Amino acid sequence: MSSIRPDGERPGAAPGAPEALLRIEALRVRFAGSGGAAPVDGLTLTVAPGECLGVVGESGAGKSLSFLAALGLAPEGAEVSGRVRLGPLDVLGCRERELDRIRGARVGFVFQDPMTSLTPHLTIGAQLAEPIARHCGLGRRAARERARALLEQVRLGDAARRMGQYPHELSGGMRQRVMIAIALACEPELLIADEPTTALDVTLQAQILALLAQFKRERRMALVLITHDFGAVAGVADRVAVMRAGRLIESGPVASVLKRPEDPYTRELLRAASEPPAPARAGGHASDASPAGAPVLSVSDLTVRFTHAAGLLRRRSFAALEAVSLTLSAGGSLGVVGESGCGKSTLTRAALRLIRAERGRVLWLGSDVSGLTARRLRGMRRELQLIFQDPLASLDPRLTVERLVGEPLEIHHGELAPDARRERVHAMLARVGLEAALYQRRAHELSGGQCQRVGIARAMVLEPRVLVCDEPLSALDVRAQRQIRLLLAGLRGERGTSLLFVSHDLSLVRHLCERALVLYLGRMVELGPTAALLDRPLHPYTRQLIDAIALPDPDVQPARLAKVSLGEPAAPLERPGGCAFRSRCPQATPLCAERAPPWVAAGADRWVACHHFREWADGMLPE
Amino acid sequence: MLGYALRRIAGIVPVLLILLTVSFFVIRLAPGGPFAAGRALSGRARAELERVYGLDRPLAVQYGHYLLALAHGDLGPSYSMRDDTVAGLIAAGLPVSATLGAAALVLAVLSGVPLGVRAALRRGGALDRFLAAFAALTLALPSFVTGPLLALVFGLWLRWLPVAGWQPDTPRDLILPAVTLALPLSASIARLMRASLLEVLNASYIRTARARGLGRARVLWHHALRPALVPVVSYLGPAATYLVTGSLVVETVFQLPGTGRYLVEGAIDRDYTLVMGMVLVYGTLTLLANLAADLLHAWLDPRVRHEPL
Repeated sequence: MSSIRPDGERPGAAPGAPEALLRIEALRVRFAGSGGAAPVDGLTLTVAPGECLGVVGESGAGKSLSFLAALGLAPEGAEVSGRVRLGPLDVLGCRERELDRIRGARVGFVFQDPMTSLTPHLTIGAQLAEPIARHCGLGRRAARERARALLEQVRLGDAARRMGQYPHELSGGMRQRVMIAIALACEPELLIADEPTTALDVTLQAQILALLAQFKRERRMALVLITHDFGAVAGVADRVAVMRAGRLIESGPVASVLKRPEDPYTRELLRAASEPPAPARAGGHASDASPAGAPVLSVSDLTVRFTHAAGLLRRRSFAALEAVSLTLSAGGSLGVVGESGCGKSTLTRAALRLIRAERGRVLWLGSDVSGLTARRLRGMRRELQLIFQDPLASLDPRLTVERLVGEPLEIHHGELAPDARRERVHAMLARVGLEAALYQRRAHELSGGQCQRVGIARAMVLEPRVLVCDEPLSALDVRAQRQIRLLLAGLRGERGTSLLFVSHDLSLVRHLCERALVLYLGRMVELGPTAALLDRPLHPYTRQLIDAIALPDPDVQPARLAKVSLGEPAAPLERPGGCAFRSRCPQATPLCAERAPPWVAAGADRWVACHHFREWADGMLPE
Repeated sequence: MLGYALRRIAGIVPVLLILLTVSFFVIRLAPGGPFAAGRALSGRARAELERVYGLDRPLAVQYGHYLLALAHGDLGPSYSMRDDTVAGLIAAGLPVSATLGAAALVLAVLSGVPLGVRAALRRGGALDRFLAAFAALTLALPSFVTGPLLALVFGLWLRWLPVAGWQPDTPRDLILPAVTLALPLSASIARLMRASLLEVLNASYIRTARARGLGRARVLWHHALRPALVPVVSYLGPAATYLVTGSLVVETVFQLPGTGRYLVEGAIDRDYTLVMGMVLVYGTLTLLANLAADLLHAWLDPRVRHEPL
């Protein structure tokens, strides 16, 4: 499929090939007027033709800015100096018009946030055909034809219909596929992927990375993969560059950097990424074997339906959640796992009575929440605190850190004197590791990790019985993720708080939760102790979730990534009858299409909904 | 899109009815009446007049009669200009006012949008600084100052345009009034356009478009302009309200035979039917302008189109 370029054959990707495709020398980026350090400070690196360079570092290390600046896309007000060569071409010396002939043609870009990176008022087809018409000199019809073929190559289902749709009609994973298709439209020599998977769930992350790896291989295209995820690097990259504070800390072949890091900073980042899971322990209690405390929150047979417009007057409804039951005991922890659209967030919202359930009961300390008086509901909400995914968006931008954490006390403990209140706020802020210098700041002046600490302090200051976390770590980089994870585990240990932890990432759940519930398109597929679930998954979907976890090990990860199926996951609106998972299940049989599998006990504290779990997981089950 | 438009148009009727009902009772709550004391009328003559116009009946009956007449397209007689019907007065004045308002709106958009775009693209440039001064000046000066000023310069000194007055079929008469009315609107639109375009140019989809090598002009025209127009379009609703109140002053300054003056005179004379007629006309115009703004918004942004109502 890759065409031969007019300038003849490209040099091979032999490691250490003398001729670099992209050569960045002493790149510096400063912002006029900001007296502080330069965000990119003397970066030197090269990318050889056909190789994949993984660029790693925490947020704020200058990874993205370096490559944007190198191709003339630095934000306004940036002063860029140094030398950047693309082949023989001096890029920084180019005029805007010359750059426009490179960008989109010889160099493609994929950006982090698929939600905001496509023009909202133009159709997918129009946006895709645009660079093709411009750079490849194709006519309208030919460009659209090529665009459709590209959508098929990135495995976007129903390509012809997607061409006429607008970005907001597509899911995050689909939009990222479109972004890749646009970037690949003119067969670039170099693709710069800036955190291409950060906003996606584990399954989609694996699929997008596998897709990028496939294109790199097939088209012998060089790939710069900017990420904070060592798992992504291990699966795709040939070489790694580690950046910190605008400088290169360490670089080399992926195997040597990931296996034998030389710089202490690289070692610290790797430790954060590849920490073996400590067995999650109930707060205060010594062992997992002791029977858990009395149920605090229990949900039985919960069903939530959403209706949506389907045409002018018709309305259709679908079950976002169907017959879900769970129990959270005092001091216990439960992880709810599944990909985007599986109903995890709906579950927490329905359990807190933030949305109405169609059927089912939610018991809080033994009494039905649907019958709670306003007063008792307030009591429940005091004892049941939430931490949200987007740490910045969930904090009121006008309030200082101190006010943010004090506010729940004002509401629920009005009797507290201002001094006593401030004391409790300060003690809590100190516990979550925020310095006194930050107390008068507002949310936008904090980093993502610091914001999430404020969110945790705000929830924990009321000493709740239950903490509900909705993807609290997915917006953070590896190091911040690890710190927040340890903080949550520590707080739980000290106070015996029960934890309901919602995440798309099984690898995070295993650190924090004793038990895990896996949801697929609104239905329970598996429940059990987290360790057992990870060791011997009974449901094929759980197996796929485990396979999708990116391991920061360059010896095994490329092979695991190669096995990932590239097709789109099923959408909640297109749930097949019978077993909902059968459209993606490698073991599906006619029985699976006929009827939905029952929810059955499968050993000690293990439950599963699969007709065939005994057969396919044979030998894995204890007798 | 068509369904959306039809539903929105149907929604106008109840709003107008509420507006008319409230106006009907509020104007009658005001002290005095069309034939109240202060006029040279004997008590008997006044009572006779009130009987003829039905003003001696209970309010609810009057209201019912008014609605019934309205349903037949009859806006009633004017109490203060007794030779004319309200419908006749509106038919005579509205073309002048509507032409003035439409001309001012078109002028404001055609000058404000390009000015704002240019100022945003050359931030801190000469035009940008001019815009800041222009906006401050035109927004601060009321039209009864700018109007006579323009008339003085272009009418008396330069003698390019008529100072005031109106003859049918002479569009030259409308130039100065329209410019007077358009100036502050143009400045507001330019400033909105500038701010909104600057924001859009910072959006990440603009970066994506640039990363595709589409070129400055295409990124601006194809990707940035349409979303940047959204706040300007939303402003067209309030702008229509401004045009209604603004036309009142401008028509007086330039002695145009429009409908603006009826609004004031009708209210002072307690000419109930005339006031109601004006409320109906201006209410409909304002609602239609807001509807047009919403429809334009839906055209600019497909996300609005797909929202369930």
